[in-house]
Amino acid sequence: MLNRGRNIEKGRVIKRRMFILAAAKILLFAGISSRLYNLQISDREKYEILSDKNRIREWKTPPQRGIIVDNFNKVLASNDRVFQLHLILDEINDFDVTIFKIKNIIGLDQFEIKKLYKKKERLKPWDTLVVSDNLTWEQFSKINLYLHELEGAKPVLSTSRFYPYANDLVHIVGYVGDASPKDLEKPEIKENFVPGLKVGKYGIENSQEKMLIGNYGIKRYEVNASGKRISQIDYIKERQGNKVNLTIDIEIQKYAQELLKGKAGSICAMDIYTGEVVAMASSPTYDPNKFTHGINQKDWQEIRNNPLKPLINKSIAGLYSPGSTFKPLVALAALEYGILDPNKIVRCKGHKHPYELYGVKYHCWKKEGHGYMKLRNAIKQSCDIYFYEMARLLGVDKLSIIAKRYGLGTNVLGDLYNDEKNGLVPDTKWKRRTLEQSWYLGETVINGIGQGYIQTTPLQLCLMTAQIANGGYKIKPHIIKDDSINYKDVINKIKLDQSNFPLHERNYLDDINVEYYQRMYHKKSNINFVLDAMFGSTNEQYGTSYKSRYDDPKYQFAGKTGTSQVRRITDLDRELDLDTEQIDYKKRDHALYVAFAPYKDPRYAISVIIEHGGSGSKAAAPLASKLIKRIIDRHKLREQFNNGNTSLA
Amino acid sequence: MLRERIQASNYSFLDKLKSIDYLLILLILAIGSISVFAIYSTEGGKFSFYTKNHIIRLSVFFSLFLVLSFVRVSTWYKNAYLFYLIGLILLLVVLFFGISASGATRWINLYFLNLQPSELMKIAVIICFARYYHRIQSSDIQSIKFLIQPIILLIVPCYLVIQQPDLGTSILIAGSGIAIIWLAGLNIKYFVYSGLLLLVSLPFAISILKPYQKSRILTFFNPDRDPLGAGYQIIQSKIAIGSGGFFGKGYLKGTQSYLEFLPEKHTDFIFTLFSEEFGFLGSITLLFLYILLIYRIINVGLVSRSFFAKLYCFGFATAIFLYVFVNIAMVLGMLPIVGAPLPIMSYGGSSLLSIMLGLSIVMSCKIYNQEQISVY
Repeated sequence: MLNRGRNIEKGRVIKRRMFILAAAKILLFAGISSRLYNLQISDREKYEILSDKNRIREWKTPPQRGIIVDNFNKVLASNDRVFQLHLILDEINDFDVTIFKIKNIIGLDQFEIKKLYKKKERLKPWDTLVVSDNLTWEQFSKINLYLHELEGAKPVLSTSRFYPYANDLVHIVGYVGDASPKDLEKPEIKENFVPGLKVGKYGIENSQEKMLIGNYGIKRYEVNASGKRISQIDYIKERQGNKVNLTIDIEIQKYAQELLKGKAGSICAMDIYTGEVVAMASSPTYDPNKFTHGINQKDWQEIRNNPLKPLINKSIAGLYSPGSTFKPLVALAALEYGILDPNKIVRCKGHKHPYELYGVKYHCWKKEGHGYMKLRNAIKQSCDIYFYEMARLLGVDKLSIIAKRYGLGTNVLGDLYNDEKNGLVPDTKWKRRTLEQSWYLGETVINGIGQGYIQTTPLQLCLMTAQIANGGYKIKPHIIKDDSINYKDVINKIKLDQSNFPLHERNYLDDINVEYYQRMYHKKSNINFVLDAMFGSTNEQYGTSYKSRYDDPKYQFAGKTGTSQVRRITDLDRELDLDTEQIDYKKRDHALYVAFAPYKDPRYAISVIIEHGGSGSKAAAPLASKLIKRIIDRHKLREQFNNGNTSLA
Repeated sequence: MLRERIQASNYSFLDKLKSIDYLLILLILAIGSISVFAIYSTEGGKFSFYTKNHIIRLSVFFSLFLVLSFVRVSTWYKNAYLFYLIGLILLLVVLFFGISASGATRWINLYFLNLQPSELMKIAVIICFARYYHRIQSSDIQSIKFLIQPIILLIVPCYLVIQQPDLGTSILIAGSGIAIIWLAGLNIKYFVYSGLLLLVSLPFAISILKPYQKSRILTFFNPDRDPLGAGYQIIQSKIAIGSGGFFGKGYLKGTQSYLEFLPEKHTDFIFTLFSEEFGFLGSITLLFLYILLIYRIINVGLVSRSFFAKLYCFGFATAIFLYVFVNIAMVLGMLPIVGAPLPIMSYGGSSLLSIMLGLSIVMSCKIYNQEQISVY
């Protein structure tokens, strides 16, 4: 019985323990259920996204870059077909062997192979390695021939930037290259970047990146755990970048570049009403196509070490003293402020009796002197003595107001070019602020002949000339076509306006901000006086650019020569009176010339600068003369095309 | 004694058929067919190697289960220690002559099957303990003398299995053994004390773990520690289950497994695949089937007369529970990854064999539930 009782007791214990265990099981199963609920119902979305992320992988496809065209829709930067070799990394078993084979087929050097290994390290195992982005046709066909031996190799037809006018446009259009980490910080590049995409490095390519870059496409693939593509799910096509339409006429640009061949310098040409830059040449130049696939060391050193500095865009980043090309503006300022009567006579007595101020001597460029000069003659013959006296009477601050108003001292093209210089128009305040010195009257005197502190870019001089030539109206210079303004109206308005009445009296002589396409002058007669004097300078005997004139009124132009010193002229120099060729290249004067044409009903302004070219009349004016003819010959075509364009739009 | 023998021999075949638990058989068949579909899905919807093998094994072992169900429960009782001994010998054979795969030596090559003795040991321990506690008087249970023996019986196979190394199975063997000791009525204080001792010795225990085991445990606490290495399985598993949602992605449409993000999807991670394709609804249904299975096994224990049958059934039910819980909790990221298959569902001959064997003993308890077993 005892045994039996014990057995009953034992049975009870087992049962009780079983129930406790069962309760624990239920509790734990409840835990699992709630966990399932959490994962599959509460957090479902999170895991769905993660699952899609797992299974869907995106490949970005590079967009085609927008093209760049000139005023006549001629293509200046296009996308050319290139042959490339890609390696699909996850299809390769032995990278070393594959590279060795490729090396033998297309002939890679040690340096290039090292670069490929470095590149590969940065890629993910399912990425594509671009072995070469610019194969020759021979290399490409060879690769295709041996393709069956090359696992993972993929010959690809792709596009890359091509500049058909290579050297003629590099300073305007710029070039593209691989994106640097700094480039990738720019939002427009960051948003649209695809590995391997070339981005603008300079010029329009750089500043118009947003327009040109386009949008990448997306190919979505379902992939497995090892990243192998299983099937394509989705393909959003890439969008080519927008076209950028320049105001440049490539024919004129080419000719300007040709005129500058072998020289260092710049030629700028501008429509005096619309502000369209027709040509902006800088010399020497270089081939932007070399940069597209990465320039090699030798070519790069050649460009860098050229003493004539091809990398500097001289039209906007070269700073020069304007020299005598500044004189029309000085004369205009003096007349506007009523400082002097144009009939005032100053005697230029040559080097023996120079202009003297507080014991300092100021010489005229002409050894024998000009004799008795009135203002018109002083501009025409570029008499320095007259301008010394005029500047003294005018004062530097008034001169600086007018100089700035007519386009000097600030950059012309805004933020289009990151290397464009502001130049410098000095005044007393500027000197006190930056140099912490007071202004000397002697500095005003040399400022009157465009020497001293004053610094201008060739494009600024072109703009200055344009704004005098159009009758004293402010224009907006630009190099990218602006369809928002109807230029026909603007031209008509300016031509009709030309009012002779002095408006708002004093106001026009204050340091005010003038709106675009509004008059900047005080008295019309002053502008006309200066234009007439410039006509004399080119088209009358004793004028400094008389030799470059055209008698045909169709081409007849008016201009002003300039010779800017690159160093102080000593008494010894004056005694020696050497010819340009006899002086060291680096010590020779810069030759300058500004002009507008045709004289009757002018339309274009031009500036020419030849670095160390000697005198403006000999080195610069003849080039301007040749270019002006070409520009005027093409004017009708341009007008027709632009009008046609606007009516179409 | 005599009466019992007469009683036992009196079972007619019809009686036996009548007393079969058909619901239990139905549950086994249900889970079995689900497993076939699941494994078919792991192969991307192709009828090939794993599916074929699984179906063959299921049929063979299910038949074996039916046949063995008619073995008298007293026969199991008599041979319990022998069974344990065979298991132990097989474990020793593994230790010296076992075949290896992925860094572990767990199998014996039997040509038609790579036998994993540790799986058999799971059942052997339960039978052995059921027999052991069957004969011990409840007054003796608390004495140290009778406690030492089962502890040694438990430690030896656990140690051998850990050596393979196979932490998961070892824990499951220990768990089932401890469950029976608990059921037999050992004082709660022993469990509390040994629990505390385990906690205290945990840092020491971790220090003797193999590096991969350590990293698994560290990964369990922070799967993002090494998302492409040790944490990969658990992260991918959670993604698969979570993305299944309420209704699942649909049969054969589980992208995680189809695209091979899931490791070991036909063995330890079969639940993940199932859950991805059938969602919360399917998972809960499967869980419910397992609960029913466990309930039926417990029920057999309740209606059995002998302590052996009771202890065995309750112990086996707890073991099934442990396997299911550990496996699912593991793929849900609630427990560290230790190799533990899901009963019946997972692909794997030995695991299936041992479960079927265990179930056939349960069935035999049911058929011969009136059989009294004397203490020899």
